[in-house]
Amino acid sequence: MNDTIAAISTSLGVGAISIIRVSGLEAIKEVNKITKANILEKESHTIIYTYIEENNETIDEVLVTIMKAPKTFTREDIVEINCHGGIATTKKVLELLLKQNIRLAEPGEFTKRAFINGRIDLTQAEAVMDLINVKSDAARQIAINNLKGKTTKKIKILREKISDILTNIEVNIDYPEYQDIEEMTVEKIENELDNIKYELDKIIENSKNSKIIKDGISIAIIGRPNVGKSSILNMFSGYEKAIVTDIAGTTRDVVEESIILDGIQLNLIDTAGIRQTKDIVEQIGVERSKQAIETADLVLLVLNNNEQLKKEDKDLLELSKNKKRIIIINKNDLAQKIDINELKREEIVTTNTIKDDGIKELKEKIKEMFNLEKITTKDYNYVSNINQLRKIEESRNSIENIRKNIENNLPIDIIEIDLKYIWDVLGEVIGETYQEELLDNLFSKFCVGK
Amino acid sequence: MKYEIIVVGGGHAGCEAALAASRKGHKTLLITGNIKNIADTPCNPSIGGPAKGVVVREIDALGGEMGKNTDKSILQIKKLNTKKGPAVQALRAQIDKTIYPQEMLKTLQKEENLEIKENIVENLIIENNTIKAVITKNNEKIYADAVILTTGTYLKGMILRGDKKNSGGPHGEEPSLHLSDKLKELGFTIQRLKTGTPPRIKIDTIDFTKGLEQPGDNYPLSFSYMNEIKYDVENQEKCYLIYTTPNTHKIINENLQKSSMYGGYVEGVGPRYCPSIEDKIVRFNDKERHQLFLEPESLYYDDIYIQGFSTSMPEDVQEQMVHSLPGLENAQILKYAYAIEYDAIDPTQLKQSLETKIIKNLFTAGQINGTSGYEEAACQGLIAGINASLKLEGKKPLILKRNEAYIGVLIDDLVTKGTKEPYRLLTSRAEYRLLLRDDNADQRLSEKGYEIGLLKEEQYQKYKQKEQTINKLIEELKTIYIKPTNNELNIELKDRISLFELLKRPEINLTNLTKYLKNNYEEEIINKTQIMVKYEGYIKKQEREAKKISEYDEIIIPEDTDFKKISNLALEAREKLQKVKPTSIGQAMRISGVNPSDISILMIYLKRGNKNND
Repeated sequence: MNDTIAAISTSLGVGAISIIRVSGLEAIKEVNKITKANILEKESHTIIYTYIEENNETIDEVLVTIMKAPKTFTREDIVEINCHGGIATTKKVLELLLKQNIRLAEPGEFTKRAFINGRIDLTQAEAVMDLINVKSDAARQIAINNLKGKTTKKIKILREKISDILTNIEVNIDYPEYQDIEEMTVEKIENELDNIKYELDKIIENSKNSKIIKDGISIAIIGRPNVGKSSILNMFSGYEKAIVTDIAGTTRDVVEESIILDGIQLNLIDTAGIRQTKDIVEQIGVERSKQAIETADLVLLVLNNNEQLKKEDKDLLELSKNKKRIIIINKNDLAQKIDINELKREEIVTTNTIKDDGIKELKEKIKEMFNLEKITTKDYNYVSNINQLRKIEESRNSIENIRKNIENNLPIDIIEIDLKYIWDVLGEVIGETYQEELLDNLFSKFCVGK
Repeated sequence: MKYEIIVVGGGHAGCEAALAASRKGHKTLLITGNIKNIADTPCNPSIGGPAKGVVVREIDALGGEMGKNTDKSILQIKKLNTKKGPAVQALRAQIDKTIYPQEMLKTLQKEENLEIKENIVENLIIENNTIKAVITKNNEKIYADAVILTTGTYLKGMILRGDKKNSGGPHGEEPSLHLSDKLKELGFTIQRLKTGTPPRIKIDTIDFTKGLEQPGDNYPLSFSYMNEIKYDVENQEKCYLIYTTPNTHKIINENLQKSSMYGGYVEGVGPRYCPSIEDKIVRFNDKERHQLFLEPESLYYDDIYIQGFSTSMPEDVQEQMVHSLPGLENAQILKYAYAIEYDAIDPTQLKQSLETKIIKNLFTAGQINGTSGYEEAACQGLIAGINASLKLEGKKPLILKRNEAYIGVLIDDLVTKGTKEPYRLLTSRAEYRLLLRDDNADQRLSEKGYEIGLLKEEQYQKYKQKEQTINKLIEELKTIYIKPTNNELNIELKDRISLFELLKRPEINLTNLTKYLKNNYEEEIINKTQIMVKYEGYIKKQEREAKKISEYDEIIIPEDTDFKKISNLALEAREKLQKVKPTSIGQAMRISGVNPSDISILMIYLKRGNKNND
């Protein structure tokens, strides 16, 4: 119960600094494994300036706050890591922590510990309970939603395969006198393992590639000069108060800014000076826009309501025609001169940047187009996802373990321990942990008994 | 008449319960329908098997009788799963059905504090939700401070063959007709369960040459840690393997509707792991043949048991079925197969101690709790006997954890999850079976057995001695080194290495290393130590996992907790918790339908409750 837990305790993307909180008996010891400075001997309630390192490579420059029990929020040892490198780096640090003897905190778990350890007073109890209830329901929902479709199905099939092996091993063990039942040997298991490992690797690869969850949505705001691109962007940021994290240079693209929409990161692709002065904006050429369109998952093409479509507009429409896009017809307070008929099959949002009008519709439209409601609720999308990914990775690593054990001629009951573990963990990933499942399988597949 | 403890029923549960209670110094009465049927084995003539065999070892380490009694009646014995690893090995013995009950009766009769009485209990006297007395069929009231019900299949027991139903026990004895109604009236949920047994054949009417011989192991084995070998290792009885024929299947398929089961005469729920032959043929109709074992029942009579051939067919069909088997063309049936139905309670109405939640000082054990099997019954009897005694002594009950014993797994499963079919212990029911080994039951439980006062001094000292010897051996292994220049062992070494580390290598066996040791060690010690060293990593891993879980087992939920009033709990969780009334957070976590968030809420609720008491 006092195992060590960690989570990002600031909302992702809000604020230039993200704080990762680690709490538990081993918090200081475990964090020390990834900090350049030795933090073991530091006094309570001190701040240390250091680096987070993995294999001698610097991940981030951080401030580490050490707080020793009992004068902490949870009344356990707490370490807080202030990460400066933006969202991607913070995630990386968290992942690194989870590779130590630290697990991801459940929603509300810090608060829960605070309460259980008597840190929070009783009047807060009901609220805490409600919170835990709501949050874990949400988290559960996400866990299920995230994996809907193919992955769940794949994992299900893998579990069925493992379950068949396990059942076969179990029946051999519990009914050794049944000589006509096939004996599950390590050679047979090995063949299946190759297959399972291949599938798990593929899932891991796919999850990592799952751009939306991991990297967010890349958005290019394009339009000819003076249609209001910068205003649209400012309206976004004003609304979310969130354009803060500068992660230039850390990612492959020319992403300059990102904001969070319902837990999903929207990366706004620089179209050569979105935030620069109008003079320079007016120098945007088609070439620059082209590049932005290519790298984007979504194009926001801004048009002026008060003017007819010009050649540059038509060029941009042509350039982005194969992309997911939303046409923003700005300046809806002015007389409509644009010919809507020419755009009738498009996703259209009309806006007025002066009155902050239309931003809500734009957000809804993005959510709708990327099905965001299905894959996320607030920040937990990322959290539950990383958790599941970790579990799948653990399963894959256990396969290596089994291989080693097979090589070392270990008996089947030891081999089975790791196999059962994989089966359990994959069950957690897809939310199936029915304990009697193996027995049901055993009695339905094998004919045994007096 | 007044006793401290009354045990109702003289089967495997009743015998262990009565012995435990009387050996702990309590004036005990065992009431049985028929003294001749004490410790009867009405079904298969064997004891042990995977998981079940380990239970017998656990009973022995706690000071129970089943292991020693089995050792006195062995016809054949084997160690199973020797090639499948240390966690799943187990002993199974064919036992003599004459000797086993005889020896058990002798043991019971030797106990000073134990009386045995023939009668049938039909009613109970309860005052203030506490058991006061039992009432027999002739209206005799017998008072006691605690009562243990081990009624087996005798609560409204009903024997079925085809459309024939006869009230009674396996040998046609009288059942208890009213006791289960009384239990129902008291608030127990009564369920109807079913099991069955195959026909018995006259030995000299079987042509055994058509079967495949199944001998015992050719080295001495014993269930009890006293290691007393009382059978002739060289001359064990044999079993024979035969298979059903296409004709057998044809006869069964043609007569299916005549069986009690398929004819709709059975109300009870039968176990999946123990299907009748007609079930096997219906459910696995693509299987061309099913294997059967011909097993001797006793040296003192000439019955052969056909393991795998239990049926509820009428007698005339059974004749045809038996004669369709190879070697049994001319066989004479001495006793026809039958199905048996009986009443059992819902075991979630029990505490972990096996005391009922509804009636104080009333305990139940064995088939009445929904289990099946001699070993499952015996271990519950032992625990009920111990805990009834401890209760009268004003002490805390003995509750074995899931990582301490298969007995703990069994009882926790029963009282936490309940059962809808007769429950059989299987190795796969245990999470930490590498910890629950056949070789270490003494290490797990001897101290407990001794502390309770059931494990006799002699056996305890033997265990202590063994522990010392193991420590000595480990010390030797850790301090004796092999040099790289050693070429006897045929291994490559870069540096000198201790025997202990060397033993961890998969290709190295402790028997190869004994020549480097200063002392000689018995084979049992060598085996035990080898498992401890070789599998240290996995054992430790399971111990760590178990420790994590047992921390939750130590968070106690007060008995008077009203789960219905914890408003934040999900409705389903509230209902399930209220039904099972878990005594710890660990137990609550194991109830299906109770989610992690429910557990968080429960823990917060408990903490708050404690706070209020501050």
